[in-house]
Amino acid sequence: MSAPKTTTVDVNGFPCRVWTKGQGPKLGFLAGLGGLPRWLPFLDRLAETHTVIAPSLPGYPGATGHTELDTHLDWVLAVRQLVDKAGLAGADLVGASVGGAFAAEMAAIFPGHVRRLALIAPFGLFDDREPAADPWAQRKEVLPGLMCADGEKWNALVAPPDGANSVEWPIEMTRASEAAARAFWPLGNTGLHKRLGLIASPTLILWGDRDALLPPSYAQQFATRINGGINGGSRVELVADAGHLAYLDQPETVARAVLGHFR
Amino acid sequence: MKLMWFHLMPYTELPEDFNRKHPSVWVDIHSSLFDPRRAHHMYNDFMDELEYAAELGYDAVCVNEHHSNGYGLMPSPNLIASSLARRTTDTALCVMGNSLALYNPPTRVAEEFAMIDCISGGRLIAGFPVGSPMDTCYAYGQNPSLLRERYLEAHDLVKKAWTEKDTFAFNGRYNQQRYVNIWPRPIQNDPHPPIWIPGGGSVETWRWCAEMDYVYCYLSYYGYKAGLATMQGFWNEMEKLGKDRNPYRAGFLQFVGVAESRQQALDLYSEPAEYFYGRCLHIDPKFATPPGYVTEATQRAGIQGMMQKAANVANPATKAALKATNMKDIVDGGYVLIGSPDEVVEQIRHVGTSLNVGHLMLLLQYGNMSKETTKYNTRLFAEKVMPRVKDLFGDWEDKWWPKPMAKSQRAAVPAFRPHVAAAE
Repeated sequence: MSAPKTTTVDVNGFPCRVWTKGQGPKLGFLAGLGGLPRWLPFLDRLAETHTVIAPSLPGYPGATGHTELDTHLDWVLAVRQLVDKAGLAGADLVGASVGGAFAAEMAAIFPGHVRRLALIAPFGLFDDREPAADPWAQRKEVLPGLMCADGEKWNALVAPPDGANSVEWPIEMTRASEAAARAFWPLGNTGLHKRLGLIASPTLILWGDRDALLPPSYAQQFATRINGGINGGSRVELVADAGHLAYLDQPETVARAVLGHFR
Repeated sequence: MKLMWFHLMPYTELPEDFNRKHPSVWVDIHSSLFDPRRAHHMYNDFMDELEYAAELGYDAVCVNEHHSNGYGLMPSPNLIASSLARRTTDTALCVMGNSLALYNPPTRVAEEFAMIDCISGGRLIAGFPVGSPMDTCYAYGQNPSLLRERYLEAHDLVKKAWTEKDTFAFNGRYNQQRYVNIWPRPIQNDPHPPIWIPGGGSVETWRWCAEMDYVYCYLSYYGYKAGLATMQGFWNEMEKLGKDRNPYRAGFLQFVGVAESRQQALDLYSEPAEYFYGRCLHIDPKFATPPGYVTEATQRAGIQGMMQKAANVANPATKAALKATNMKDIVDGGYVLIGSPDEVVEQIRHVGTSLNVGHLMLLLQYGNMSKETTKYNTRLFAEKVMPRVKDLFGDWEDKWWPKPMAKSQRAAVPAFRPHVAAAE
């Protein structure tokens, strides 16, 4: 894996890191819980045929400024700025988990900004009949298994790389969790169901069949809302042997599905 | 030195196998463990105990706020304080306190505290905790990333509601009210009731207390040995900020069990202490650290502190060591201070002077301690210990104590006579 190019954009006066790699049509990626503390095999696979652009949400690794965002409107407008400044307006967009909810918001509220959309187990809904688990109240030993079907994949994501600052690294990981909590506390329900019908972009919904955080049944709820909307066309694919962050568990399968949708 | 009598109001009948069968005393403790008919007696016993302490001359009685908590049955300490306002006369009422970010709008706190201050003739101490993660973020669903900012803004609003003479609009980041004008208003209006801040060991809180001239209270359950480093940190920071060492700038919580002899104290207090440190502090660690609850500066200090400790000799007072649940370790650790009156006098003087704390908040009821034992502990302490430690810090002025109306001007509260009331 070669390193991506790093640039920084300004959102509300705070720096947000943008990673870019590959050639071809632009493809944006908004990461899930934990953000991108490191570049991923999944993104490398996408970069074989696309210019992959991965901006960090405020508060995610490489970015700050979550502390300025008090309401969901603040968040949505921050992500819109981030998408625009990263050069992703009008490009294909992949969003996962927390990033998935924002990718859906972009497509719903700013239809011209998202060409085709791929969502991987997005946040934004909560179903009383099948409540999502609480990502912010878990014992240390339980959390990895909630994030990935193979908990080691999560551990590998957040492990400090060689030479990492031993004080700042754990603070950065906690900050990513705080940023997600700031936007989605306590249930992950941002009322997104009211806006899904506005999504006009062709949408692929991917869900790990072993997602222990957001039940896979939520995939159909997203599809139903989008398909019942103004111009919606969405389809659901379950990813075998994958947990919440399916792109960590099954990078090849998820990348292939995304690339197929964006072809 | 001020000696203050604090009640947590623990549920006293958690089953023996509680820790094995239940994951947590807090947040998701099961409703089947709560018997309201037994709680009727517990509440009445606890309120009797608080009133008893007031009669015996403790400087204050203290109550606090917890939610979904098997060791703290006061979601609203204000209810208890208002009852105490009627059933006590000269004792300060320390509500330690109301977690400001949980009230919507926060002017509710300004109003209720003003009511208590009016009813009691100006005896209120207004405690403003941020609140624990379990209470605020989990039981009350507050966003941990917004909690502190909301708390600080609510504080500004409450203080302004107390002090501003005219109706005003509050245009905050989180609270917007067109007409703020609380009725009633506190008796203690020069400029407002004393504000005390219970907090952990964060430098930010210490600085804020110093800047605002508030009392900082360290309400740890782990006693004076574990609390020493925190209080030293506090005083070092005060020195840096050019503040004097007036011990009344600080409050500290200490469990105590006094009896005729050390052995008798062990006999009497081992069970309730082990109940408290065993069952009551059985908290699921998953509820300890909602992201954003601890500021990054405090995280940084914590991580650096841990590294230093790891590099030096292991410090027995690190959190990992604070797990004792048997009486020997509880006493050795200084969580509960026990002994004969002479021994307790010596220890209390040591606690006061080593921590330089003028407001000592005493837990003389803990765990499943019966009313009878609680009253014994309370009386013996009042009669045999209090007179021999009161003189501490006599040279310092307590500028943070309530200033009630003169006794002669205060309402005479008639003695409670239920049979007379029933006949009327």
